[in-house]
Amino acid sequence: MNVLELSRWQFGITTVYHFLFVPITIGLVFLVAGFETAWLRSGDDRWLKLTKFYGKLFLINFAMGVVTGIVQEFQFGMNWSAYSRFVGDIFGAPLAIEALLAFFLESTFLGLWIFGWDRLPRKVHAACIWITAVGTLLSAYFILAANSWMQHPVGYHYNAATHREELTSFVSVMTNPTQLVTFPHTIAAAFMVAGALVAAVALWHLIRRPAGPDAVSQSSGAAFRSAAKVGAITTLVAAVLTAISGDIQGKIMTKYQPMKMAAAEALYHTSKPASFSLFTIGSLNGSKEVFAIKLPGLLSFLATGSFSGQVQGIDNIQAQYSQIYGPGSYTPIIPVTYWSFRLMIGVGMLAALIALIALWLLRRSRLQGNPAGLNLTGGKRRALLWSAIALPLLPLIANSFGWIFTEMGRQPWLVFGQMKTAAGVSANSAGEVLASVIILTLLYGGLAVIEVGLLLKYAKAGLAEERPPGSPSDEDKPLELVY
Amino acid sequence: MLHLSDIWFIAIAVLWAGYFVLEGFDFGVGILLPVLGRTSTERRALINTIGPVWDGNEVWLLTAGGATFAAFPGWYAAMFSAFYLPLLLVLVCLIVRGVAFEYRGKRDSDRWRLGWDTAIFGGSLIPALLWGVAFGNVLHGIPLNAAHNYTGNFFSLLNPYSLLGGVTTLALFTLNGALFLGLKTTDDLRRRANALAWKIGLGAIVAGAGFLAWTEASYRSPGHVATGVVSVLFAAVAAVTLIGGVLGSRLGREGYAFAAVAVAIVTATGALFTALFPDVLRSSVSPAFTLTVGNASSTAKTLALMTVIACIFLPFVLLYQGWTYWVFRKRISVPGSSAAAPQEVPPAASGPAGGAARLLAPGDVAPHTEPGKPAPTTAAR
Repeated sequence: MNVLELSRWQFGITTVYHFLFVPITIGLVFLVAGFETAWLRSGDDRWLKLTKFYGKLFLINFAMGVVTGIVQEFQFGMNWSAYSRFVGDIFGAPLAIEALLAFFLESTFLGLWIFGWDRLPRKVHAACIWITAVGTLLSAYFILAANSWMQHPVGYHYNAATHREELTSFVSVMTNPTQLVTFPHTIAAAFMVAGALVAAVALWHLIRRPAGPDAVSQSSGAAFRSAAKVGAITTLVAAVLTAISGDIQGKIMTKYQPMKMAAAEALYHTSKPASFSLFTIGSLNGSKEVFAIKLPGLLSFLATGSFSGQVQGIDNIQAQYSQIYGPGSYTPIIPVTYWSFRLMIGVGMLAALIALIALWLLRRSRLQGNPAGLNLTGGKRRALLWSAIALPLLPLIANSFGWIFTEMGRQPWLVFGQMKTAAGVSANSAGEVLASVIILTLLYGGLAVIEVGLLLKYAKAGLAEERPPGSPSDEDKPLELVY
Repeated sequence: MLHLSDIWFIAIAVLWAGYFVLEGFDFGVGILLPVLGRTSTERRALINTIGPVWDGNEVWLLTAGGATFAAFPGWYAAMFSAFYLPLLLVLVCLIVRGVAFEYRGKRDSDRWRLGWDTAIFGGSLIPALLWGVAFGNVLHGIPLNAAHNYTGNFFSLLNPYSLLGGVTTLALFTLNGALFLGLKTTDDLRRRANALAWKIGLGAIVAGAGFLAWTEASYRSPGHVATGVVSVLFAAVAAVTLIGGVLGSRLGREGYAFAAVAVAIVTATGALFTALFPDVLRSSVSPAFTLTVGNASSTAKTLALMTVIACIFLPFVLLYQGWTYWVFRKRISVPGSSAAAPQEVPPAASGPAGGAARLLAPGDVAPHTEPGKPAPTTAAR
């Protein structure tokens, strides 16, 4: 493999990996903040227990998100220095602003939250986690604006003398139409993951550790019921918002990146109306299709909003781009875009379905007079248990496929219409990049094992009895150890 | 007349100086972990002195990196790709170190904790050394061609001047870590940290004086008299405050000593940047290939935008980060040592849940920090 391929693999591996932790962080911080606020307002102990329980899972996850994020900021310069020179005037600002506005907020106020239980007044303590939550949204906004600019560059002009892109309107970059739909889509998808995680852990406890007659286990069961309900509702609402924003995103994408939409369906010839295939057996190169289930007019609807709209085909766009940008291939790797697009949608919908079933079961068991558990036995119990275990993984996988689709679907462009990926890579030696791919992959793999091990340990541990936090007025008390 | 690009050169110097002061002492704490922390519980106390703040300290690096990308894309691109392997090493260190802080206490096993303690030590030591080597090379010059691409290899970065730079940052950060621990711990740990500060301080003075003298003698930009004079002044202030800080520590003035060494780190960073100006990354191949404030910067529009945003938000960052240090201003005692207030320990909750919860429930400490062992006392040693 050459430097370009190795650098692409490294970016892909590190970014997909980083984005396993990001959606959990974004969604879970809000849910934990909600639990703490519910405790403050109601005084009900169950919310304090849930705050601390899910807070631990949040922190285990957050640490990984932070440290893998440093790699993201460094590797633009390390591996993509030609790109960094070319776009730094526009692309650097959102990254710098993200650090200044968001990373400082997140890291500082999360530190206060972790260590401040006994040192801050309760409302101030809860405010710390809310500020952290706002920090995660700010961070997402700036980095997605930077990414959206690569999908659909706006607010710039090309300076031929310096051979670089120069900023003309920062407001345009921040209100890029692509960004305005990408942000809600990404955030909603993050809430799907976090809601699913909260629900899944709670369901696991309800199924595996049914509440006994004693008060402690009844209160634990009731708390997990609340968590399961909050998690499942979050997943469902987020799924609806993800679908709506994704639908709008499809239309924006068709407008600015028609090749990506055509590649999503492996649609080679401009069609009116265009059908959407659920899956295809056989080759996706347009030559021989063995079998496919097609929903007539659906691609037209996704792309244009009308079931009879015209959708441009790959071959047509390829010919058109060759005219505009010169000879070369402008077609992404079709099997990758085709399958990642379907899996994103299908796997995400499956998660929503499980959340819906879980909600229905929770309601049924409450109506049957079991407010601290689920009335399930035998095969149904096992089925729900496995569904619960799959529940958080499904939207997480859907998130990954979404990113793989949107980034691979932009190829061969690094910045659409402006710079090809091959032109953006650093003049490193292949050996250096190979070393970093291997080292980072091994390190990430090892850390994944450790992280999942810890998550499982603390998820299985269940709720602990919590004392109310100490009084911050106790000035003479020395600081305690938290880590 | 200051151009916007000059202002951003200063801003990036300030960000690096802030990073070196803040993460400098938390690197120092990590480096001193196996030296001062004789037991697992002592090491835990040491880690908790920086617990609430290390992540915020590290954001100074991300901001410095992001600001370099935004204000000087040419500098960011050339420097980060040239220092590819050293930066990879720094990344690996920062990754394992950050995870180590968070995960160390999350399993009750000596092997587990010792493993993470080692990660914190190595993950602090290597970057503390490499940042000095990297900045030494920025001033010394690296093989950059006309396209500002690096043509050397890893070993091109190992020259005596840069290595002395590495020793200097390592010594300064370790010294500041020791002084910070003198301020943040009690009893025996505090005494040992202060005693160690004196020894490290003597080494830091020798290395720092040598590195700064070498910088002023050989690495100031020729023909830039004004900034050259400022650089000498910065170096002089750095020398005076460093020596004053080490002496102050010897005299038991912990607060002054820490503040003085922090000033020494800031002014030493200032001396390096003013010696470098107007270059930002020197080419050892030809002065014509050197990146400067002029040829590496963004457009005036981007710089103006960044200036406005920095002026609005940086004061807030300083305020709330300062507030964190105020909230956690208390010293940390090793559980069981004489100064630690006896803690009421609530009955443990059933099952493994009890251990889990306490990680987020400060208040009950000693008996289950290191379960299965008697709480160590400092007096017993």
